[in-house]
Amino acid sequence: MVHGNSQNRFYLLSVNRELRTVNEGFSMENLIWLVPTFPLAGFLVNIFLGRRLARLWVSWVACGAMGISFGVSLGLFFHLINLAPHLRHLEQELFTWIRIADFKAAAGFLLDPLSAVMILVVTGVGFLIHVYSIGYMGEDRDFARFFAYLNLFAFFMLLLVLANNYLLLFVGWEGVGLCSYLLIGFWFERPAAASAAQKAFVVNRVGDAGFLLGLFLIWTTFGTLQYGEVFHQAEGLHGVLTAPAGGGLSVVTWITLALFIGAIGKSAQLPLYVWLPDAMEGPTPVSALIHAATMVTAGIYMVARSSPLYTLAPFSLAVVAWVGALTAIFAATIACVQNDIKRVIAYSTISQLGYMFLGVGVGAFASGIFHLYTHAAFKALLFLGAGAVIHALHHEQDIQRMGGLRPHMRVTAYTFAVGALANAGIFPFAGFWSKDEILFAAFNGGFYVLWFLGLAGAFLTGFYMARLYFLTFEGEYRGDPHHAHDIHDAPPTMGIPLIVLAVCSVVAGFVGIPPEQGPFHQFLAPVLHHGGAAQAAAHGLAVPMAVLSLLVAGAGIGVGYLFYVSVSWRNVPEIWAARLQGLYRVVYHKYYVDEFYQDWVVGPLDRLAFFLWRGFDVAVVDGAVNGVARLMEMGSWGLRRIQTGVVFNYVLSILVGVVIFLGYLVWGR
Amino acid sequence: MVPLWAYLLLSGFLFIVGVVGVATRRNALIIFMSIELMLNAVNLTFVAFSRFLHSLDGHVFVFFVMTVAAAEVVVGLAIIIALFRNMETVNVDEIHLLKG
Repeated sequence: MVHGNSQNRFYLLSVNRELRTVNEGFSMENLIWLVPTFPLAGFLVNIFLGRRLARLWVSWVACGAMGISFGVSLGLFFHLINLAPHLRHLEQELFTWIRIADFKAAAGFLLDPLSAVMILVVTGVGFLIHVYSIGYMGEDRDFARFFAYLNLFAFFMLLLVLANNYLLLFVGWEGVGLCSYLLIGFWFERPAAASAAQKAFVVNRVGDAGFLLGLFLIWTTFGTLQYGEVFHQAEGLHGVLTAPAGGGLSVVTWITLALFIGAIGKSAQLPLYVWLPDAMEGPTPVSALIHAATMVTAGIYMVARSSPLYTLAPFSLAVVAWVGALTAIFAATIACVQNDIKRVIAYSTISQLGYMFLGVGVGAFASGIFHLYTHAAFKALLFLGAGAVIHALHHEQDIQRMGGLRPHMRVTAYTFAVGALANAGIFPFAGFWSKDEILFAAFNGGFYVLWFLGLAGAFLTGFYMARLYFLTFEGEYRGDPHHAHDIHDAPPTMGIPLIVLAVCSVVAGFVGIPPEQGPFHQFLAPVLHHGGAAQAAAHGLAVPMAVLSLLVAGAGIGVGYLFYVSVSWRNVPEIWAARLQGLYRVVYHKYYVDEFYQDWVVGPLDRLAFFLWRGFDVAVVDGAVNGVARLMEMGSWGLRRIQTGVVFNYVLSILVGVVIFLGYLVWGR
Repeated sequence: MVPLWAYLLLSGFLFIVGVVGVATRRNALIIFMSIELMLNAVNLTFVAFSRFLHSLDGHVFVFFVMTVAAAEVVVGLAIIIALFRNMETVNVDEIHLLKG
């Protein structure tokens, strides 16, 4: 084995680490396990006792669990801040989970700047969304089940980001997938919700297959799945890892590509993004928590976590960047023509996730995580705002049937505007800092095509966000006149999270000032290989670039304003849609990707499954079993003739037998 | 002295009577008695051979056969009584629950 030597050294290292942990006794790192434990406890209480508890108690348990978890996360975060940068790496091994031959997997947690940021996002946004759900799900009869699932999701998500090895990360990875399935299909009486849940689950399995292959490759290459050991060995084995292995690509390239396939599935990138828009069948808080703020960003987290491996594989990074950039612009074009308020935001999410991958793909890992963090705030805000609108309009989701809502629901309208501006990347909202940084990193790294794609995407982002806001909140009310008089703003449980998230969407970006050098980046620098100060080369261009992307996004918003608010341009969208009818129809039908999958993937699989059912299972497998039974039946039918029930026959046969036997004894021999 | 063949002839006759009884009669009690007749025919053979061969082995066998026959009578009569209680008949042709 190539890694024998370093493995021994590592064994010693990990022994030392264990000793140190034991010696320290009680310390902050022994509290890491508390973070995921509270949501788990909340889940257990609500799933088993929730039906008997009053709604107030159910919501207190669920929100309390998340609140405490957030508190512990904050405590851990400040503890981490107080340590010297190179000591910000707390590892806690709970127990050895699996030990088979030389395979060992421990259930252990790792708290470092990266996972600290993630747990703050998960518990913070998660807590707000839990509170919001009290109002949004208030009338649902499965109130307790909903909160139980939300808590379970939080548990698995925290497991995912806190794991100190790839296997435990995979447990969380699959767990959040399960919760996503359960929550998309929360209203499983509706066929659309049930099939959307299945679609999400199945499409994610495709990605997970790649992820598993990545895990196997890591295991065979490094002999361990522990982050620390893998990354340390990766430095030592530089030459071995980057030498061409199979298909002209190096081992580390194969590993990172396989892992990235998992990220494509989980984070809804081309070509596996199709499940995310359908996932909007779930309750809106679910869309905000799972399908915008946290779960779908797991792929970005995983790639950033594996940055020591990705930096050894330039080809994989290029793939990541290209997939991200293409997804960003592809989803943005679809978002421009959709009419379902949640689907517009869903495509926007796909597009923003593409930006994050673009960021990590061009090596700016910290910028990708920065965008992840700001996006969690403003996209959750947008979804919750959309939820408040849907709630007020009695489950109307078509933005063509909205309009003029601002006077009726001011809190929602203004917070939604903040979220939309942040998403469009307008100064000084959070999205500006992070998105601009990604675009600048792409430009600075010499990826001009990717940069241009991102910039075009920024224009589209401004346009579809403006379109969404103006069609929903401005102009005339176009919906059901019966509901016109009772449109009301969100109750406090829903309004307060909106306001908090709106404030976050304004200020969250400030920790990233100055760009690529901000406190956020310096905090992450020890973990991420191309951390903070990686690309300080062409800083003279930073301000002009920022102004340019600002102008582009502003232009998008301006076009949106002209199209959907300005009276003199009132008919322009229809005219354009008619003039570019072919293009419009293709984009409106989401490039027919779903139809393509239906015809070329799902259909053939269906037919194959039908053949295997009728042609193989029924005919061959069942046929063999039934044939044996038929043979036995025929044989016993013959033998049954002998058993006449007439004693005389039996006696006669005994006599004949005796005579034959005696005859044999006397004359036979 | 009565020769051996006379015993064997009687024994064979009794045995055939038993066999024919079992084969032809329909009354379970008669069949049962016919079986006893066959057993006793064999017993007669044992005793006759024992007498003529000056060996006590035959006697020992006879005691065993008689013991087994007694036990068999107990069980067999019990079965027949149980049958009669359930089926109201001891005619073996009417007792064909196990007929295939």
